[in-house]
Amino acid sequence: MKAVCWHGTGDVRVERVPDPTILNDGDVILQVTSTAICGSDLHLYNGYIPTMQAGDILGHEFMGIVVEKGPGVRNLEIGDRVAIPFNIACGSCYFCEHELWSLCDNSNPNAGMAEAMYGQSSSGFFGYSHLFGGFAGGQAEYVRVPFADVGALKIPPELRDDQVLFLTDIFPTGYMAAENAEIRPGDVVAVWGCGPVGQFTIRSAFMLGAERVIAIDRVPERLRMAEDGGAEAVNYEHEDDLIQTLKDMTGGRGPDACIDAVGLEAHAGGLPGLYDRVKQATRMETGRPHATRQAIQACRKGGVVSIPGVFGGFVDKFPLGIAFSKGLKLKMGQTHVHRYLRPLLERVQRGDIDPSFVITHRLKLEDAPKAYKIFRDKKDNCIKVVLSP
Amino acid sequence: MQHENRQQQESSGSINVARNERLLSLATGAAMAVGGVAKRGWAGAGLLLVGAPMLLRGITGRSYLYKRLGKNRAVVSDTAAVSVPHGQGIRVEKVTTINRPVSEVYAFWRNFGNLPRFMNNLERVDMIDQRRSHWVAKAPANQTVEWDAEIVNEIENEVIGWRTLNSKLVEHAGSVQFKSAPGGRGTEVRVVMEYAPLGGAAGSLVARLFGTAPEQQVDEDLRRLKQILETGDPITVEGQPSGRAKPEDHPTPSYVRAEEAPKDVVQQASEESFPASDPPAYY
Ligand SMILES: NC(=O)c1ccc[n+]([C@@H]2O[C@H](COP(=O)([O-])OP(=O)(O)OC[C@H]3O[C@@H](n4cnc5c(N)ncnc54)[C@H](O)[C@@H]3O)[C@@H](O)[C@H]2O)c1
Ligand SMILES: [Zn+2]
Ligand SMILES: [Zn+2]
Repeated sequence: MKAVCWHGTGDVRVERVPDPTILNDGDVILQVTSTAICGSDLHLYNGYIPTMQAGDILGHEFMGIVVEKGPGVRNLEIGDRVAIPFNIACGSCYFCEHELWSLCDNSNPNAGMAEAMYGQSSSGFFGYSHLFGGFAGGQAEYVRVPFADVGALKIPPELRDDQVLFLTDIFPTGYMAAENAEIRPGDVVAVWGCGPVGQFTIRSAFMLGAERVIAIDRVPERLRMAEDGGAEAVNYEHEDDLIQTLKDMTGGRGPDACIDAVGLEAHAGGLPGLYDRVKQATRMETGRPHATRQAIQACRKGGVVSIPGVFGGFVDKFPLGIAFSKGLKLKMGQTHVHRYLRPLLERVQRGDIDPSFVITHRLKLEDAPKAYKIFRDKKDNCIKVVLSP
Repeated sequence: MQHENRQQQESSGSINVARNERLLSLATGAAMAVGGVAKRGWAGAGLLLVGAPMLLRGITGRSYLYKRLGKNRAVVSDTAAVSVPHGQGIRVEKVTTINRPVSEVYAFWRNFGNLPRFMNNLERVDMIDQRRSHWVAKAPANQTVEWDAEIVNEIENEVIGWRTLNSKLVEHAGSVQFKSAPGGRGTEVRVVMEYAPLGGAAGSLVARLFGTAPEQQVDEDLRRLKQILETGDPITVEGQPSGRAKPEDHPTPSYVRAEEAPKDVVQQASEESFPASDPPAYY
């Protein structure tokens, strides 16, 4: 089959690889019908996530049709059309039973490695380095899906791939980010980053009752899309003092909740930006937490800082004292996608939202190298790419 | 899974790690005792047991191990009792929590025939009677190492302790403790392995048999046990595709040959659809 393989920083190739086979009783094989590139894939593409090996198949946002199933699969049949959460969960450990699916105890075959690094292991993720399981990803013609009974969401025939593909990651991620922000009536929510995750965060914040949403980025078309979602756009490059601007916009209080939908590659100008770049390049810190710092600085007393943006190691100049003295609550982590599949599918069916709004590019799988490049460089107004095998 | 190295330090002081790694790494823990009856080539290797008397003493009631896991906890002080001589033994202690009731976890372990399902270095364990069992471990070059073990300590749903039986070559003792975790969190399983070192070239031979990282191997064995009991089937990625494998070396699966799975939901994309031909339907 054809698959998108990682070969190093800035180097992805579409290659012929063996077809996947059933490896565990609970596996199914999907014929992939649609797959997307995520901002998280850019962290791999840009070389910030360790333990990638040349030849690893990428992709954790995908859906398709069941073409083979293992002897332990009960809920699925050949021919079923399903969407698959990016995180892999067993359904029977303590964490799965408590809906903490991305913290599953039993789905990372390399849990020992993760424990050595983080003390404890999260769940496995598709196509996301050996540290997180070494699972072959779904930017391919076929993909093997473990614990398929637990994760797979059957898709009603009347819905298009485009409308449900993002249930695999970015819609639940935006939704959980907003849920973590503990939004109450009258709340003003500020969102750093208007990439796909930021876009779904903005719309979810309104669904959960936000009065106003302030969207922060510097890419004009992304800010425009945020405005289309009802947000007030702030281009941080045009602001001398973003924290002051946010204060001014909220009657001096600061946003009630601040959400960092940027993650470890946050862009920053001036000295702080240079500081983080140097430290990251020399591996003295592994993330550039510029947006997180700003979110903590801007948040109103007693507010919530929610962090869907990915971090993998150490950061510094983390303003813990500010968070402490303002009594902030910090919430973060990989999305527990399974928790949101059905509720968000219902929202799509009800017409509350058509998640395809975020798609700017539809390409063939073969075009993945070009797609990664324009998505990373924000060329050609690219916001979200869907690939068809 | 928590790593508790504390016990190792207490029992064997400043262990020389390099040396220990040459020693029999007991991976599978339990097992290993490599004891005993070495067959087919191993007998001639002249393995020597060092410190067996102290190990045996430990097993019979005065070791730290026994004290921790058995009934007579108050009798011996933490520092006084060791089961293998200073600088010459390996002790591995690991604990994990399994989301199943104590009785189920205990019953699974008590049937020693189940051990090879999660202890990778074991080929087979046969129960001889209620207390005694015959162990067959995998050795390099398709050989096996065999020995008998007996249960020396057993309290239902609490603890199982075992040791090699009549071993002339190498000694091992193992113990597993089961405790109900608070708040319905399942069962805390605490495994302690002790084993005596081997001297010289023979030692490194046996070390090859059991790998070089006993801590890690016990860790992986316990993880497999947890996965068997919680999910029924330990997860693997071995055999999956990557750009490192050649497609021509792998048979085409039947689902590909059968192909013609429904294609209708595939959105046909083409070069012209770049960028998206239809404007995004903004929410
Ligand atoms: N928690 C999860 O489970 C989960 C799931 C999916 C994605 N993510 C993470 O969410 C983050 C965003 O994903 P995405 O797909 O939207 O990626 P993206 O790269 O498309 O978007 C990031 C956006 O942040 C903007 N940005 C950069 N620096 C900024 C700054 N200092 N202030 C404000 N905006 C800034 C960029 O211009 C870009 O538009 C990534 O870190 C991704 O890994 C997390
Ligand atoms: Zn993603
Ligand atoms: Zn689980």
